[in-house]
Amino acid sequence: MPIINDTVFFDERAHGEALEKALKMTPQEVVLEVRESGLRGRGGAGFPTGTKWMLALTAKSDKKFVVCNADEGEPGTFKDRVLLSEYTKLVLEGIVIGGYAIQAQKGFIYLRGEYAYLYEYLNDYLERMRKEKRLGKNILGTNFDFDIEIRLGSGAYVCGEETALIESLEGHRGEARNRPPFPVNTGYLGYPTIVNNVETFACAYIVISKGAQWFSKYGTEKSKGMKLISVSGDCKKPGVYEVPFGIKVKELLELVGAEDTKAVQIGGASGICVPMSEIDRNISFEDIPTGGSVIIFNQNRNMLEVLKNFMEFFVEESCGQCTPCRIGNKKLLEGVELLEEGKCSHKYLNELIELGKTMQIASKCGLGQSSPNPFISIVTNFKDEIMSNSIRGKNGY
Amino acid sequence: MAINAMQNRAPVAQKPHKVEIKADADVGAYIDVEINGKGYTVPFGMTILEACRNNNIHIPSLCYHEDLCLAGACRVCVVEVEGMRTLQASCAYPITNKIKIWTTSERVRKARRHILDLLLSEHYGECYSCVRNNNCELQRLAKEYGVDFYRFGHIKEPRYEVDRSSYAIVRDMDKCVLCKRCVRTCIDLQEVGVLEATRRGYSTLISTFMDKPILDVICINCGQCINRCPTGALRAKDPSDEIWKAIDDPTKHVVIQTAPSIRAAIGEEFGLPPGHSMTGQMVTALRMIGFDRVFDTNFAADLTIMEEGTELLLRLKRKYLFGDPEVKLPQFTSCSPGWIKFIEHYYPEHLDYLSTCKSPQQMFGAIIKTFYAQEMQIDPANIVTVAVMPCTAKKFECNRPEMNASGYKDIDYGLTTRELAQMIKEAGIYLPELPKSYFDEPFGNASGAGLIFGATGGVMEAALRTVYEIVTGREVPFENLDITPCRGMDGVRQGSVILTDVKDEWRFLEGFEVKFMIAHGTSNARKVMEALIHGELDDYHFVEIMACPGGCIGGGGQPIPTSPEIRRKRAEAIYNEDKELPIRKSHENPHIKYIYEKFLVDGPCGHISHKLLHTHYVKRGKFIV
Ligand SMILES: Cc1cc2nc3c(=O)[nH]c(=O)nc-3n(C[C@H](O)[C@H](O)[C@H](O)COP(=O)(O)O)c2cc1C
Ligand code: SF4
Ligand code: SF4
Ligand code: SF4
Ligand code: SF4
Ligand code: FES
Repeated sequence: MPIINDTVFFDERAHGEALEKALKMTPQEVVLEVRESGLRGRGGAGFPTGTKWMLALTAKSDKKFVVCNADEGEPGTFKDRVLLSEYTKLVLEGIVIGGYAIQAQKGFIYLRGEYAYLYEYLNDYLERMRKEKRLGKNILGTNFDFDIEIRLGSGAYVCGEETALIESLEGHRGEARNRPPFPVNTGYLGYPTIVNNVETFACAYIVISKGAQWFSKYGTEKSKGMKLISVSGDCKKPGVYEVPFGIKVKELLELVGAEDTKAVQIGGASGICVPMSEIDRNISFEDIPTGGSVIIFNQNRNMLEVLKNFMEFFVEESCGQCTPCRIGNKKLLEGVELLEEGKCSHKYLNELIELGKTMQIASKCGLGQSSPNPFISIVTNFKDEIMSNSIRGKNGY
Repeated sequence: MAINAMQNRAPVAQKPHKVEIKADADVGAYIDVEINGKGYTVPFGMTILEACRNNNIHIPSLCYHEDLCLAGACRVCVVEVEGMRTLQASCAYPITNKIKIWTTSERVRKARRHILDLLLSEHYGECYSCVRNNNCELQRLAKEYGVDFYRFGHIKEPRYEVDRSSYAIVRDMDKCVLCKRCVRTCIDLQEVGVLEATRRGYSTLISTFMDKPILDVICINCGQCINRCPTGALRAKDPSDEIWKAIDDPTKHVVIQTAPSIRAAIGEEFGLPPGHSMTGQMVTALRMIGFDRVFDTNFAADLTIMEEGTELLLRLKRKYLFGDPEVKLPQFTSCSPGWIKFIEHYYPEHLDYLSTCKSPQQMFGAIIKTFYAQEMQIDPANIVTVAVMPCTAKKFECNRPEMNASGYKDIDYGLTTRELAQMIKEAGIYLPELPKSYFDEPFGNASGAGLIFGATGGVMEAALRTVYEIVTGREVPFENLDITPCRGMDGVRQGSVILTDVKDEWRFLEGFEVKFMIAHGTSNARKVMEALIHGELDDYHFVEIMACPGGCIGGGGQPIPTSPEIRRKRAEAIYNEDKELPIRKSHENPHIKYIYEKFLVDGPCGHISHKLLHTHYVKRGKFIV
């Protein structure tokens, strides 16, 4: 697997032993260390992990829960799978550390249905941890009890959204909840719950073992540490890369051997589509955020087709609960079809862009709030191509 | 009793969650907020929508309903909360800190209009051929936002078949806006769980188990979902065309009876505020429409009290005097057909607890097609019985195969309050301006006891007024005959009356404490049944259950909208009218005395009444029988 310069994850000798260390600290100290590291959630939204943990730690409740979000449903991401299968210890012990930090008793791994083949492997690993007293009662001889259970998802993209995930864990239909209250207050079964991405837990492990200082020397001012990126599409060396936050899109393209590139979709289906004129921008929460998906398109790709694929995905994957997302995505898709037929006027296209902006602010959860992103960025960045077969003004406008 | 503390037992896997906010010690009970630039003080945890409405700031809504848990799904109610990137659904946003809210900013208006345009683009239906024309929340929103064209197109063909399988409910999913109020009503309020959102994304559809027709699932026909649907997607099955036909047919003698709760609500269909009783005007209107006789179901309610009260006393006698171990107590009321279907499905092993009495509607039908037909010398085959009911389940009830002991269907048509109002309008009548008139004899006289059947607790109160007096020879020891423990709107209520100085024949009841319980809404019925199963009702004697929240005044056939406040006002109207009536006890109704002298000659629970006025139940369980 290609690595540039330095690595956090891919050198096992450098991982150290975080669990031992964490259990010698107080929960507050663990949370403060994570907060100081500047670690932000790797699932996409980038919420500061230390802050989330602090909220859960200070929430008063006799029960608390930890959830590891291993739903990895964003098209073009496969980095969590690599962590789970090859760096299992970092993830699982990271979850235990999270549990200790917020003083939870139980953790769940919500495993993407398609990763069911990992189920047995992970369960064996958990069993081994129990035997080694790294899980279960009195972990490493302390009086901290914590166990982990694996639950399989059933293929709904929206169940990666943390509140829909919790609904699903509770046995309900996977639909996003109202916020506030947030899961850190009112999560699984109404108890304080932290939901974090697989990579976030692995990072937390590293933060504890290496220290916040060491961790935060990578990355940019507001995006600390390294980031795993799953690269796919038109390039010579697709795969999982570990890069520091702040890497320029251009640099990444060079790294993966992309040639004749036309556009880069960063952040999966709900991310944004970066044209070549903007490849000096960088990957970070300040500029272009991503949960880890980078899809490269070369000059032979038809951007309308690319967009259509994304929109079809959302029309199907929306949970169907709220109006802007349930119907809005369908209208955007119909707009793409009109464009294909050359029947979409500029005026209607602008109307659809405005609709997309409404969806971004009025949808109930992140899915509907970000699903217009590819539409807006592709039709604005590639307007000429998109409108090329348009017969202007034939749509009643 | 642990009933109120009992866990909500809604079918898991379907229950929409509720948001509960606990006040932090350091925040206090009230919070200062700024709405549209003005300061307000609101209770901690109140939603933005409630806070605004309490202060006369209008925010449109669609999926929000006062009776139901939150959904936050339609997004029509979005507002701007300063400092937040996205707009917030005001119906679902609890105020827990000092925030600044903007309810009509440009972003808000644009988003709401877009959302409305999206809803309309998928809405197939034409207002002028829709039951909800002029009383539709979607239509109202379109007007409010000045929708004058379909920005995102408009669906041109229907996508779904209208489900007319049920006796009571018609579902037209082409008009559904997916607000899920029906789902929340059925699962949360009623704990039946017939409806759920199925499929995903754009294909989402409210559906039944395995997409079966609603007749073939365990729907109890309560119609509560109809009352809370904002659009015409759910409606009752309307028999008014057939009724018009019968009225126009000179060979038919068409008899109508009106349930106690109709008079308290029908004015709302004519624009009056809730809580105006329209008894006399309604009778006049029914005559003008052309019904041959206009009777008061209250009479049959009195009859029910005689039968049900006697049945209770007989059960007490068998248990406490003869020590019969087979007797089932407490006795449960049986006048709410939604409740009957509920218990038949969910507690089929406990049907013996139900009183065997038919509901007043059916008793009346049986009397009309026998006694009345004899007295009037009309061939019962030519009598058409119509019952105006607050209830959609009555439509199912009158079609139950066992409801024809006289050889004829007890009741031919069940009509709801809404449908009756429609007939009155069609006849060109403006109800509120009519002169008053009286019900027809020989069943025109009814007691206040029969009248209060319309509100939750009313049957119990009416029964106690009679039972107490039968046993002791004195009036119930409550001021003004108002048995206050029976009243109110708490989901489950209970109380007791002690029988002292009893008549000789009731010696065994000297000092006996009659314990009773009242529940309304089938979710509360479920709590009571669970308590029964756990032996917590062993020392209870009489339980009143109504399927609908509030009792009949909140029935599924009543005017839309409904809310706790509206139901309270309707109940008030009924209790006020009871106060004014000269006869307030069923057994004192002279017509009741007359019918037992002339027709039901072997008395309450005698052979004749058993044949005509009592019934049996079906063990349905999970299966559709
Ligand atoms: C539609 C949608 C899908 C999501 N899918 C995932 C996912 O597959 N994995 C994930 O870790 N986070 C996913 N998220 C983000 C989660 O909601 C949540 O922010 C994340 O699990 C928090 O963890 P973090 O703070 O460690 O990133 C998704 C969000 C949305 C809106
Ligand atoms: S935005 Fe989409 S996925 Fe999220 S709640 Fe609304 S419909 Fe469901
Ligand atoms: S549901 Fe409402 S908007 Fe739709 S046709 Fe009926 S009245 Fe009109
Ligand atoms: S009529 Fe009652 S039981 Fe039937 S679907 Fe509606 S709410 Fe549920
Ligand atoms: S049927 Fe009516 S109440 Fe149910 S979701 Fe549709 S519009 Fe809402
Ligand atoms: S009324 Fe608030 S989201 Fe529907």
